[in-house]
Amino acid sequence: MALNLSAIVARHGGDPSRLVQILRDVMDAEGHVAPPVITALASTLGVSRGQVEGVVGFYSFLDSEPRGKYRVLFSDNITDELSGGHELRQRMLDAFRLELGEVSRDGLVSIGATSCTGLCDQGPAMLVNGRAIARLTPARIGAIASLIRGESPMDQWPDNLFVIDSHIERKDLLLSTPLSPGEAIDAAIARGAAATIDEIARSGLRGRGGAGFGTGQKWAACAAAHGGGPAERYVVCNADEGEPGTFKDRELFAHYTDLVLEGMTVAGFAVGAQKGLIYLRAEYPFLFAPLLAKLEERRRAGLLGRDVRGARGFDFDIELHIGAGAYVCGEESALIESLEGKRGIPRNRPPFPVTHGYKQQPTVVNNVETLAVAALIAKHGADFLRAVGTAKSSGTKVLSVSGDVARPGIYEYPFGVPVARVLEDAGARDTQAVQVGGPSGILLGANELGRRISFEDVPSAGAFMVFDTTRDMLAVVENFTRFFAHESCGFCTPCRVGTTLSAQMMKRLVAGKGSRRDMKDLAKVTQIMKASSHCGLGHTAGNPVIDALAKFRPSFDRKLRSLDVLPTFDLDEALAPAREATARDDAEAHFNEEES
Amino acid sequence: MTAKTFQMDGHDVPFEEGQSILAAALAAGSYVPYLCYHAEFKPHGSCKVCTVKVNGRTQASCTTPAREGDVVESNVDELNELRKNLVQFLFTEGNHFCPSCEASGGCALQAVGYELGMTTAHYSPLFPDRPVDASHPDVLLDFNRCILCELCVRASSLVDGKNVFSLSGRGITKHLIVNAESGKLADTTLSVEDKAMSVCPVGVILRKRRGFKAPIGERRYDAHSISEVAVAHPEDEAK
Amino acid sequence: MTRAAVEIPTKKKLRVATTSLAGCFGCHMSLLDIDERLVPLLELVELDASPLTDIKHPGPCDLGLIEGGLCNADNVRMLRVFREQCKVLVAMGACAINGGLPAQRNHLDIRDCLQTVYLSGHGVERGFIPNDPELPLPLKQVHPLHDVVKIDYFLPGCPPSAEAIWQFLTDIIAGRTPHLGHGLIKYD
Repeated sequence: MALNLSAIVARHGGDPSRLVQILRDVMDAEGHVAPPVITALASTLGVSRGQVEGVVGFYSFLDSEPRGKYRVLFSDNITDELSGGHELRQRMLDAFRLELGEVSRDGLVSIGATSCTGLCDQGPAMLVNGRAIARLTPARIGAIASLIRGESPMDQWPDNLFVIDSHIERKDLLLSTPLSPGEAIDAAIARGAAATIDEIARSGLRGRGGAGFGTGQKWAACAAAHGGGPAERYVVCNADEGEPGTFKDRELFAHYTDLVLEGMTVAGFAVGAQKGLIYLRAEYPFLFAPLLAKLEERRRAGLLGRDVRGARGFDFDIELHIGAGAYVCGEESALIESLEGKRGIPRNRPPFPVTHGYKQQPTVVNNVETLAVAALIAKHGADFLRAVGTAKSSGTKVLSVSGDVARPGIYEYPFGVPVARVLEDAGARDTQAVQVGGPSGILLGANELGRRISFEDVPSAGAFMVFDTTRDMLAVVENFTRFFAHESCGFCTPCRVGTTLSAQMMKRLVAGKGSRRDMKDLAKVTQIMKASSHCGLGHTAGNPVIDALAKFRPSFDRKLRSLDVLPTFDLDEALAPAREATARDDAEAHFNEEES
Repeated sequence: MTAKTFQMDGHDVPFEEGQSILAAALAAGSYVPYLCYHAEFKPHGSCKVCTVKVNGRTQASCTTPAREGDVVESNVDELNELRKNLVQFLFTEGNHFCPSCEASGGCALQAVGYELGMTTAHYSPLFPDRPVDASHPDVLLDFNRCILCELCVRASSLVDGKNVFSLSGRGITKHLIVNAESGKLADTTLSVEDKAMSVCPVGVILRKRRGFKAPIGERRYDAHSISEVAVAHPEDEAK
Repeated sequence: MTRAAVEIPTKKKLRVATTSLAGCFGCHMSLLDIDERLVPLLELVELDASPLTDIKHPGPCDLGLIEGGLCNADNVRMLRVFREQCKVLVAMGACAINGGLPAQRNHLDIRDCLQTVYLSGHGVERGFIPNDPELPLPLKQVHPLHDVVKIDYFLPGCPPSAEAIWQFLTDIIAGRTPHLGHGLIKYD
């Protein structure tokens, strides 16, 4: 695994804005980015060493210290947890006699946890050296442990380990309308750029990534930026599907690739961009090669490149960027920072990306699903979308259904579909709660299942996680608070500290060691995060806690002991090191159960 | 010519086009607590202590441009409580042992704590492990007290042109680093004349052999509270 | 006796207990620094357990003042006794509030500390780590009081000034919510 740094840098044109991509390649070649490599990279790229080190330190999948030759990361979404992920993880830790996050002494293997890998319909899941393995069972864990022990090269591991299933369970407008490559682009060219934007606006299409901003409005603002004059404009496809419980973009890219790329090209034509960028999360390595092949195929077919579809002067190509493990990069301005090779810190706004985005140029950032729908609108017109859905939510929504259902998978419905209908179709029984839109979304109780998926009622970025009555909702919420603490970028005080404090308090509460003060503080901390955080992550990080406190209060109360304040730490355990040093085990060397 | 104004806590505050709410308020003699803001640098709004309500919406006043007619709330219980909580977060996050800190009495974090009536950090302290860096002949770095305001990062990059400081890590593990493969300050180009030496609002970047130079009673915030100092000498405060 | 108390309504003295846990007694010294005001104070309060009375265990009290943080098992047990006995419990001084100076050992492994001090340190010969059950075992980390019990008020300072202590006590005695104005809140 000799590192040829100059070859890697050359492959990326020596461009410092490709830093994250360069570092990913270094990781692939060496397993870590050693301090001397950081120094060398900084000087080659002409940036400060601290900047490179800061980027390495920011992303979960970049390391400055060696990890195991086999780097195992278990997906830690609640759906993985509920389907036995923690037990399987423990089984593997035991097999190698490791603690979570530890590297084996011989450097062979490290086992850690990572945020949701987007395989919730086929969990528990893991990544081994970045490659995804789904449907984990004790048998699979045993087989993987043997392969690692035998130091079998990963390209010789059985192919079936890496098979990712597809469960498209219900198709509606988007997933059932065929489109031949080029059709939407032709229609847009025939209609003209301005008219295409008008058509998108008239369709009522709103962003499918969660925020629901008007797509036509966004495109129009980008086209009009800098007085509408010539500028380098960019179209960015946000495929950093990091919201736990969401995997619809995975399926869209796997099976509707042309539709998404067509949508990007239409957007490029409409706003006057020459370049499109796909920001795809690292957790979907199985999509990389097919996607690159598809891009090449479209170039050969004249669907990308110079004079696309013969339209003189419409030059448009698409570049693939891979993330490196940071949920916050799903926020559009953090995503742009990451595309520029920096730490994924959300920017101050205004200015907005539509005027000052990628490389400070006008940039449209759209969700994968939004772009796919845009392609269909370009071909079939605004009314095609308007005919379906509700007044303020035209069209359909693709949901990623997982958790306690008989048939997890992808379900597409017209907006306005009641939650209960989705549950019925997916075969849910004894539903206690549904987390719609992921941890940052809304937690619905059993008495709210009549509510509807729409921007007017329950908006959703796509996640739809179901919990039946056997589940401990506190444990669910605890998982979510852990997620946010892990994913906070750390820029602003309220989110950086608040997410960690929330996670600690929830951990105590779940363990039955929480106090009323913890519950009071939990409510207060979430309120502070909501009121003063820098971006959406901090604003929404308290949502599951707020919802759970309001809707599942008895679950909290059941776990409380009668004391007003309990120790925030385990008293008896706090004496353990001194007991060990003094070899004492007398009564005074312990806090008995009553005391603890 | 009538100056443009916005209203803050019932008073008219004049501002120049492009000026932030915070800068305009301080210039007009109205104190808004802050930690990561510095008049000489473009504000980035990370500490959030300067949060105000603009037309009912909470915003960091350092990054929000003033607009004619805006109604701003600042010195109200709800916001002072929020600010106190954020200062408590910072005390909880780091290792802030004032009695043994050279910056005590001249520390903005401490002074804002006094200003907001904070008597306890309230939450369970995180007690992070942050070794000090005493490698440099003239400068000591005590990361225990870092509040991640990035003022040294900005000063070193924008004024000194050296990029001595950067940030690494993420979330609660975010931390200040120095620009050297060894990770040691001695291996950077920092010198005591640098701007980065004078901007730390707390006690991270310290001149060696200067500790506790000002006697108690004569320190920056001994005789006057930070709210008085900040509006009496805005240019001094921005030194 | 109770009848007499009803018939002649004399104001009952406030019963106060104080203790120093992992502290240096500096806060107690500062309490004594209220000087001649000690005389009127003693008209209003009666001291229960305190280093000043040498009574070790408090009975039921109106007010408990605790100096120092939680460094060992005894500190925790004594704190809990105080919490049980005192209607109002006050964390007095920096150590009680955030662990203070003793908490600066928190990044060290207590096993290494004991080893170094009693076995491997300079000049230690034939050392051993004391293991008498009479000795309280140190906790892994030093904690502030509010990590273990509910604290009603925090009186910061290292030590809190005599003025701050006086202001605080007179507020409590008068039945007011204690309020330290500017200049009285100090963390050093």
